Parts: sequence; C-alpha cells; structure tokens
Amino acid sequence: MTAEKFDAIVIGAGMSGNAAAYTMASRGMKVLQLERGEYPGSKNVQGAIMYADMLEKIIPDFREDAPLERHPVEQRFWMMDNTSHTGMHYRSDDFNEAKPNRYTIIRAQFDKWFSRKVREAGATVLCETTVTELAHDTNGKVIGVRTDRAGDIIFADVVVLAEGVNGLLGTRAGLREMPKPETVALAVKEMHFLPEEVIGERFGLKGNEGCVIEAAGTISRGMTGLAFLYTNRESISLGIGCLVSDFASTMESPYALLEAFKRHPSVRPLIAGSEVKEYAAHLIPEGGYKAIPQLFGDGWLVVGDAAQLNNAVHREGSNLAMTSGRIAGEAIFHVNSRRNPMTKENLALYKTMLDNSFVVKDLKKYKDMPALLHTNSCNFFMTYPQLISQAAQNFLRVDGTPKIEKEKATTAAFIKARSRWGMVSDVVRLAFAWR
Amino acid sequence: MHIVVCIKQVPDSAQIRVHPVTNTIMRQGVPTIINPYDLFALEEALRLRDAHGGEVTVLTMGPPMAEDALRKALTYGADRAVLLTDRYFAGSDTLATSFALSQAIAKVGETFGMPDIVFTGKQTIDGDTAQVGPGIAKRLDLLQLTYVAKIASIDLDAHEITVERRSEGGMQMLKSRLPCLITMLEGTNEIRRGSLDDALRAARSQIVKWSAADAGIEDLTKCGLRGSPTVVKRVFAPTSRAEKAAQIDTTDKSLRDLADDLIAAIFTRQPALEQELAVDGGA
Repeated sequence: MTAEKFDAIVIGAGMSGNAAAYTMASRGMKVLQLERGEYPGSKNVQGAIMYADMLEKIIPDFREDAPLERHPVEQRFWMMDNTSHTGMHYRSDDFNEAKPNRYTIIRAQFDKWFSRKVREAGATVLCETTVTELAHDTNGKVIGVRTDRAGDIIFADVVVLAEGVNGLLGTRAGLREMPKPETVALAVKEMHFLPEEVIGERFGLKGNEGCVIEAAGTISRGMTGLAFLYTNRESISLGIGCLVSDFASTMESPYALLEAFKRHPSVRPLIAGSEVKEYAAHLIPEGGYKAIPQLFGDGWLVVGDAAQLNNAVHREGSNLAMTSGRIAGEAIFHVNSRRNPMTKENLALYKTMLDNSFVVKDLKKYKDMPALLHTNSCNFFMTYPQLISQAAQNFLRVDGTPKIEKEKATTAAFIKARSRWGMVSDVVRLAFAWR
Repeated sequence: MHIVVCIKQVPDSAQIRVHPVTNTIMRQGVPTIINPYDLFALEEALRLRDAHGGEVTVLTMGPPMAEDALRKALTYGADRAVLLTDRYFAGSDTLATSFALSQAIAKVGETFGMPDIVFTGKQTIDGDTAQVGPGIAKRLDLLQLTYVAKIASIDLDAHEITVERRSEGGMQMLKSRLPCLITMLEGTNEIRRGSLDDALRAARSQIVKWSAADAGIEDLTKCGLRGSPTVVKRVFAPTSRAEKAAQIDTTDKSLRDLADDLIAAIFTRQPALEQELAVDGGA
C-alpha cells in the first residue's frame, strides 16, 4: 500500500485531542487520530466535571445525546481536620436552568461519545495504536508519525500532540521537558455505586441535580492537596490528589490518604453501603502558567494536559484542554485554508489565539499560586484548617466559659501557631498570588 | 478459499457480578469483548488465508453495538464483516441462534462465495453451552470437527483438512473433507496485532448489516424468543467454598519443623488419614 498522507494527525483522544480532531474534520480537513487506549476514555481517570460553554463552542447541541450525569446545584467547600469539617456551601435553584452551566460526567462514556462525533465529522480514528516516534525531515520539521503497528510512516502536514500530562512522545522528541515532581499532582479516585434514589436522599437532590464537594485540610497530611466527591447519576466519584514532590518527601501513599478520606466521619455516611467498582490513579499538571512549555514548532503543536494547561486553583482542566484543542484546530485550519505551510512562523497563530483566550489569561492570573501553596503547604493544609475547626467548635460549644475568654483563647491559638507577622504575611502573599 | 468465522460480543466475564439481592447479572458498566474462543478461531482462519490465499468473513448476530466487535475483527485482519441484527432475533437461545446464523452463512455463501470452512469458538464465555457450532453444522449439513486444538494440514486440491482434536483420552488426528465446520479450542495460537493498513481499513470499511429479511430468513417463528424453547428458571451466584488453603509460616524454621507443620496441617484436615497411617505404621 502506498504511503498515505493526512492534513493533520492528532495524537490522543481525550478532551483536547477530540476537540482538535473534531474542529479540523468538521471543516473538511483529512484528519487521522491515534489513541493508545482500547477505546477513547479507557485510559481516563478525571472526576469529572464538564463545563458546558467550552463544549458548546465545539458541538453546540451536545445536550441532545451526550452522556451527562447530573448538573450540580450545590457546591460545598470543606476545610477538614481529623474529626470535623468547616464548610462553605453554595446552593442555588438558578443552576436548574434549561441549559445548565456544568455537568458531572463519566469520562469513559463521555469520551466514547465525543469520539463518535469526531468520526461522524469525517476523521479516521484508530485505537490501540501507540505513536512511538515523530518522523522528521532533514530540517527537523515534523512530517508524520511511526506507530507500534507494522507499517510505514504515516505522513501529515501537521501533528497535534494531545498525549496527556506525561506524554512521552513530546518529551522524548525534545519538544518539552518531563514535568517536574513539584508541578504535577498524583490523584487517586474510586467509583462508588449507589442507587439513584439513595444519592438523591443523601444529598437532597431531585432529578438530575448534583452536588460537588471539594475538601482540603489535614486529610492531605500537610501536603498540597485536594480531595473531591462528585455525584453521578448512580455513582459517586471520590478521590484525593497531592503534589508528587510532597508524596516523595513525606513517603505517604495515595491509597492510604484515600482510605482515610473515606473513613472521615463527614464522608463515611455519604458513601455507606456503596459498591466500589473502580480504582484508578493519574497525574494532573499543577505547575500553572510558569510550567507551560513551547507550544508549537515546525509541523507540530501541543494542546491540553500535555501543554500543562490546567488551572489548579479553580480545578479546571478539561475545559482548558477542550479550548486549546479547538483553538489549535482553528489555527491549523486557518493556515491550511490559505494553503500555507505548517511552519513554526505560521503555527504561532495558535499561541496568539490561546494568549487571547481565557486559558492563558486565567493561568497568568494565578502564576504565583502553585509556588506559594507548595512552599507553605503545611500552614495552608494543616495549621489553618485545624485552627479554624477549633475556633468553630469553641464558638459553638456552650460550657459556662465567658465568651470573652473563648475569643481570647481562639486568638491566642492562632497567634501561637502562626504568629501575628506570619498570619499577615500569609494573607498578603495569598492575596498577591490571587490577584 | 473462503472462510467464515462466527464471533460473539460478550460481556467481559471477569468483570461481571451477580446482584446479591435480585440475583440478576449486573451488566452495567461491564465492558464487552470478543468471546476469547472466537479469537483463536479467527487467528487460525487468518493463518490459513495468509498461507493459502482467499478471504476471511467474520459474522455475528447481535444488537447494533456488536458492530464494535466486528470492527475489531477487521482490525485484526479479517477481510469482511457481516452483522446480523434485527429485533426479531432478541432473546434467542442456542437453537434459534444456530438457525439464524446458518441462514446467514448460506446467504454469505451466495453473496460472497461458498465457504470452505466455517469456524466458531468452542463455546462462548457467557452462555458456555458449546451448542451453537454443532447446531450450525447440522443445519448446513457440514461435517463437524469440534474441540480442535490445531490445524495440522490442509489440502485444497484434494478438499481435505487434517486437525488435532482434543478428547478426554488424549489427542485424535482427524481428517475430513471440505467444506466443514470447526469449533476451536483455546491456547492454540495468539491473536495477531493487525498492521497499520489493517487498522486504517477497519476504521474506514462499512460493516455489512443484514436484517432477518436481508439474510433471507422467512420463518420468523424460529427466531428470537419465539424460536427459543429454553427457559431460564433461576439465576444464582454459587457460594464460594468455605474451605481455604492453609498457610504455613516458613520464617526461621528448619526443614524438619516445616515438614512436621505440613503433616500436622494435613492431619487436621484429614483425621482419617492419620489413623490409617498410624495403623500401617504400627503393622
């Protein structure tokens, strides 16, 4: 068979890869997408929350047939110590709108659906096919890929790397460095199955309403980390993630943290009687703006997690992935439709468009946050949650102690733990990083 | 040479469980696979094709989602895929299934050339009956070679095939005329990884989809639930055996102590044996 050439090859069939492949194929480009998993989503571990706006920009009528679980009407943020949580809950009937803003999804199902859309748009999708190497011409321009299946190079004008957070292809080809332990989190997740009605009762939900809990505190044992609990239709996804560098220095094990989170008195009743179906672990890029690598070159560009496009502060990843994939597809189509070559100069359009989108603007806003949370992890994830919990309990427990003494005791506890100057400094630094 | 391989999309039985209260099979979220025995059949068919030329057609009866299994078979290197799908087939037992498949194979023969060999797996891992292969052979009046472990040789000019058949007493070498039906055992080969060309072709090819009418099936009373005399009376999960293997701690022990522990452990479970041996020892 003669060597075949495509307009574009997309490596990976996650959110960013599917967005890129769909964007190009639906505009009539000849697209090949290669996925190493058995099916799209088979390798995915995301929680997951999917934001509608970013998908609407790709597939406007996705609500008609996409496998959506619940639309969250309630968000809880918990500061946890070992026996308590101090919570901030936001619940609004406004989230019960005709076109909800976000949904919980199960990626294995969602990605299959997305991939079907990609194929219907005209792309050729091969699963169980691992790209082993990028093929270059003598000038170093990427001209195609080699796979682990018997056969020649598959040629393409441009290769979109959507290979995920620890994509070996790009790092092996020297397009970017391996992510550093302090810029990636390791998250573990379980799926707990419960009848739909039980989930509705436990969280006070009717119909497709959902609830999202995100929790930080002593559950991460002083490490920079976050736990989560999302309601799906007939299951609960819950997990916890911490920075890889923190796991390395504390020698804590992820599954032990997850077990402790599940046994926490605030969590245990929510998942009681459930059947565990899946246990999975994955890396999450947490380096923020400063960890973004070179995004394009001669004949290639990189999108999604592989480009470290993840907003750790707002726990947004897949919408950045989708958006970067879409923008990459649009930029490539722009170059392609003018019959221009896929050179570094021409593909710079992708970066320009991405810089002007919320993706890079948001990451820029929090560029100092990852470093701050990393260096002060013990204060933010251990000391403060405990102090806040003690203060709350002190406030609520009525035992004949005069209120003035209670307040003094609380203030003293804060000062003893962090000192006045320490607290001011924490607040100022947090404010600056947030700004 | 034209070879037809019958495959079935089955739930991955390693991941299936029975609901503790209702005793129904919990299929939710259980991934589907190609019945593993069918993959041995497919690989054997592909090898025969590669050595002697010809085509391999894969055939399945199932819901529209069974297309995934067929596409996968194409990725392995099959030349053509036919999906027999119709609501009239829902609820088929082995009698109805072998009826529908035999009719479809006849139609495949008419349309794409008469098959020299029809392959099936020995059995499926969800039904475990091993009845469909022989059922097809009977209905199509094909010679049947069941429990085949290996194709020893094939002589297309003489229309003969020689196979190794595993039987309780040992291995039988059987020679048969073609055309014939072969049900394939496990462990004879390993399904290949299709080439890039195979994968591209599989992703792009149209799966042939036949309804009952398309396959020339006129007697619908022999199909699906109506054509299935088998009734499932009860489904239950067998309880696992209470007795577990005894474990003997081997740390810091001499061989003699270990041997003593081992014998003691055996005697605890088999007191009769101890008495028997004690009597023998005394005699």
